Amino acid sequence: MDLAIVWALIIFFAVYMYVVADGFDLGIGLLFPFFTSREERDAMMNTVAPVWDGNETWLVLGGAGLLAAFPLAYSIILTALFLPLSLMLLGLIFRGVAFEFRFKAVGWERPVWDAAFIGGSVLAAFCQGVVLGAYLDGIKVAGTVYVGGAFDWFAPFPLFCGLGVLIAYTLLGSAWLIMKTTGPLQQRMLGIAHIAALALAAALAVVSAWTPMRQPQVAARWFSLPNLLWLAPVPLLVAACLWWLLHELDTLVRSHAGAGPPARRPRQYPVFLAALGLVFLAYCGMAISIWPNIVPPTVSIWTAAAPPQSQRFTLVGTLLILPFILGYTAWSYHVFRGKVELGEGYH
Amino acid sequence: MFGFTALELARMQFAFTMAFHILFPAITIGLASYLAVLELCWLRSRRQVYLDLYHHWLPIFAVCFGMGVVSGLVMAYQFGTNWSQFSQFAGSVTGPLLAYEVLTAFFLEAGFLGVMLFGWRKVGPGLHFLATCMVAAGTLISATWILASNSWMQTPRGVAISAGRVVPQDWLAIIFNPSFPYRLAHMSVAAFLSTALMVGAAGAWHLLRGHQSPAVRTMLSMAMWLLAIVAPIQALIGDLHGSNTMRYQPAKLAAIEGHWGEAPGVPAPPGGVPLILFGLPDMAQESTRYAVAVPHLGSLILTHTWDGQFPGLKQFPPRDRPPSPIVFWSFRVMVGLGLAMVALGWWSLLLRRSGALYRQRAFLRCALWMAPAGLLAVLAGWITTEVGRQPWVVHGMLRTADAVAPHAAGALAFTLCLFVAGYLFVFGVGIAYVLRLILVGPRPSTMGPAGPQRNGQADWQARPARPLSAAPAAPSAPSPAEHRED
Repeated sequence: MDLAIVWALIIFFAVYMYVVADGFDLGIGLLFPFFTSREERDAMMNTVAPVWDGNETWLVLGGAGLLAAFPLAYSIILTALFLPLSLMLLGLIFRGVAFEFRFKAVGWERPVWDAAFIGGSVLAAFCQGVVLGAYLDGIKVAGTVYVGGAFDWFAPFPLFCGLGVLIAYTLLGSAWLIMKTTGPLQQRMLGIAHIAALALAAALAVVSAWTPMRQPQVAARWFSLPNLLWLAPVPLLVAACLWWLLHELDTLVRSHAGAGPPARRPRQYPVFLAALGLVFLAYCGMAISIWPNIVPPTVSIWTAAAPPQSQRFTLVGTLLILPFILGYTAWSYHVFRGKVELGEGYH
Repeated sequence: MFGFTALELARMQFAFTMAFHILFPAITIGLASYLAVLELCWLRSRRQVYLDLYHHWLPIFAVCFGMGVVSGLVMAYQFGTNWSQFSQFAGSVTGPLLAYEVLTAFFLEAGFLGVMLFGWRKVGPGLHFLATCMVAAGTLISATWILASNSWMQTPRGVAISAGRVVPQDWLAIIFNPSFPYRLAHMSVAAFLSTALMVGAAGAWHLLRGHQSPAVRTMLSMAMWLLAIVAPIQALIGDLHGSNTMRYQPAKLAAIEGHWGEAPGVPAPPGGVPLILFGLPDMAQESTRYAVAVPHLGSLILTHTWDGQFPGLKQFPPRDRPPSPIVFWSFRVMVGLGLAMVALGWWSLLLRRSGALYRQRAFLRCALWMAPAGLLAVLAGWITTEVGRQPWVVHGMLRTADAVAPHAAGALAFTLCLFVAGYLFVFGVGIAYVLRLILVGPRPSTMGPAGPQRNGQADWQARPARPLSAAPAAPSAPSPAEHRED
């Protein structure tokens, strides 16, 4: 198979892993404002404290993989989106250190790091959405150089995508916490997840209508025959995932109310799986829209590819090592499995 | 913007974010290995003192590691946001090396860090030790890849240039480029020395305050052993590294020495090259003013002969000369601090003989003042090697001025201000938290090995959820008795 396609798939995978993994822990930062008690916030943070660092590493892999396999794309995209990316990095700094500092802070310092965690998470998530939107919207390139302005990303579509990513991460965060918490905290998450799921469906509908309206090649990709038939499962699966998610939420809500069958505690993880599926489908839809470009609308994965010597050398290691990474990451999640209770660890 | 060009602003931002970042890996490389040694000592001897020290330094490691991760993330993206032409030109080499660093080091550290920090009661002692070792190995593997990349930029090998970018020809030659082994050894040892000085200073502070616990003494003793043995080795590595630089980056070496020599074609005067101890290199006048020099010593140190010659800066066209005033002084700061480390280490050996190691206040005070010496030496060394590579970003292949992304000065000034303000606040507070944790000192730890109920829910609830809360520094912190959980 073509090296460039393999590399496009690997980067696609790394970025998806980042979106879902850091998505749910950024989502916890987005949910913080709705939970003000210290015990609740501690419990929320403790659900991801052992794993957030690994989650963020997928972002580094996405960047490093892009630099290794498609250096031209790396340099154009990062130059074009220099400002929102810089703001995203600052956001990630503030929320990242909050994990450590918050539990070290005393007195008045703690609210400062709570605010840093919230503000950093919001800024990082929103900027990621803006980056995504500006990327989908197309980057102005002449030859191998970015020729757009420093503020091209400041436009309605990218800003709307920023909002969309905030919603998606809120859904992932609340779905994760449904799985990892109990009692009233979990119960409130059910309500938030319900609203977030509906909002995400609406946002996806807007993006799906807006993108082809702005870009004829995207319209051609989706709405011409026979593509229309081949790609029809994507929106249908989105609808199915959404239904499944709402159904599972409903089951959990009824069990909290004591209305469900008392014999069996409903499963806690399907909501999270459904949220992952929803995000995955949306993500696939975007990839389908831009394929085979890596810098839409003009630079393809073959134009941007690194010399085959670089792609091959890195591919060997990636294919050998990635299974181990997935293995010990899964082990780490396994060690910290189960629910996190309120007030735990503060005896 | 403020009279700076876009290039200068981009360089300032890189230098600033890099200087902050390098401090944290320097500490975590050393601390991770130190923690692995402590845990091994505890597993073998079951002496309480090692357990106490492990749990004392673990949260400090956690804070430094967190700061290293977030400041490192900035570096991974800055190559593209600010140095896009460099990435286009050299991404086919630096990209794969960075990707290997992520795959073999970052994930390894992150994957086992959770268990190392929070898994004391969740897994058995052997598995926990394995996690500590994996994190320690990850820090060293990470250093290996990033130094391979940096060394390649200093002494590039194994590539051809085609269509305005490098094309790898021989990966072994790229990775094992001429300066790589020396730089790797020099930096790894520097990380160990920096940590030893920090740990030693912490011990000295507590001893000066009259806290004579076995843990405090062990802390100082271990640090001083490392210093006494490793600081002289570092001097030797540094000497070899210097000879390597003379061979492969002669302009850098001449700038470090403030050695101007003669213009090309003019024979060097007889009598060997003096070593200029101090002076003011002047780029415009092509001389080092007010030089205090020792005859023949330059030849002796660098060529290991009495009359040996090496090229001076005049051998190179002015546009290819690194700024001598900066590297001349940064190098002397590094060497001076290194010699002070050797002296402190040997002083500690003398005091051990007379049994005054834990009592002599003059020594303890010196050990305390030397706390930041390792980190300052690391910074000075990095300034020397990076500024000494100028005006190139990839030596002999790509000039720094041609590597920068096409941004307006205003946008760069904006992000530079944001990064400066953000870093000073975040890392300023972080360093304050580290100091706070150090000043509490090691306390009797009751965290024994994972007991029979280790898979139950109860122990997860019973133990402090965070190592930071496990070693409380706050006035409101629980006493050691409350800290008990068994």
